[in-house]
Amino acid sequence: MSTPQPHPGAPARTREQVADLHFMDARYKLLDLAAFLDRLDRAAGGDDHRVRGLRAALPLLLEKDEGRVARILNLWSDPSVEPIAKADTKAASGVWPGLK
Amino acid sequence: MRYIEPHGHMVSRTTDDYQAMALAGCAAICEPAFWAGFDRKSADGFYDYFCQLTQIEPRRAARYGLPHYSWLCINPKESEDMALAADVLALIPEFLKAPTVLGIGEIGLNKNTRNEMKVLEQHIALAVQYDQMILVHTPHLEDKRKGTRLIMDCLKANGVVKPERVIIDHVEEHTIHEVLDQGFWAGITLYPESKSTPVRAVDMIESVSAQRVWLNSACDWGHSDPLSVPKAAQEMRRRGHSAAAIDRLVYGNPVKFLSQSPRFKDPAAQA
Repeated sequence: MSTPQPHPGAPARTREQVADLHFMDARYKLLDLAAFLDRLDRAAGGDDHRVRGLRAALPLLLEKDEGRVARILNLWSDPSVEPIAKADTKAASGVWPGLK
Repeated sequence: MRYIEPHGHMVSRTTDDYQAMALAGCAAICEPAFWAGFDRKSADGFYDYFCQLTQIEPRRAARYGLPHYSWLCINPKESEDMALAADVLALIPEFLKAPTVLGIGEIGLNKNTRNEMKVLEQHIALAVQYDQMILVHTPHLEDKRKGTRLIMDCLKANGVVKPERVIIDHVEEHTIHEVLDQGFWAGITLYPESKSTPVRAVDMIESVSAQRVWLNSACDWGHSDPLSVPKAAQEMRRRGHSAAAIDRLVYGNPVKFLSQSPRFKDPAAQA
């Protein structure tokens, strides 16, 4: 378990206090995610790039250092740096399609 | 509690939303121009839209005691059509004379294309020519990080734009630090699914110096919540933030940024 590093702008609080406030919220979201993965298993076909991206992010949840949200968002981000010639859609899918 | 809604697409909302926001403590609303959910076919559609933003919405908001301000542009989702963009850009100077227009926005990128970049550069040049503040839309989801960096590079390449007069909106955990480090203001958009939830927004607030950050709902025709800013304030209260810290974030910060336009009047000073 990592050493607590409270941010300067955050009122001091214990992990128990954080759990009191947010555990049930995290609990139902984790169960929803598990149910989503079960639903995928019951469906035909393979994973598309979005689901592959989601599965690739799961190990990042168990990393010890803070910054998990940013690491997941970076994992899903387009790593290129130049503007593209033309887009074939206006929409974003949530995960860069080139993610392996 | 009092707060400013610095980014709400009220043309898409009902009058009930205006009432609910006023009841929740909203003191003023700012509305950037955006995509209607479909591509408009001509500049005439934008002319009507700019009339709606500068004439109709201020009247609707006033019925609930709310000052209403706007920002003007052609949204990046419609910027692929360079001819249309040129026609719309030509309309904007006339509307900049309206007393409730605060600047150029929400400009930026959507899919990070070359045409979007060209239209972004034209908007920035227009803002500089007319000494306007800028409100930036950053791309969605997997396109956000790349687009945010391209936009900041574009703003800096102009050479004249002052970062403190630019708010870069829709930041998330992987972009907020870069935006603030480069001197810009950062906007956190509170959406139920995409962008940031109120809970994550408060996490971000607790991890940065929040002197140049605002919260907004960006409520529009999609899945969004016009009361998300007061809900984030409630989350801060739950975590033990002081009333003064909350007021500074949801009222003081937007007033500080927006007051760089002489047209924006601090509602507290008007009371």
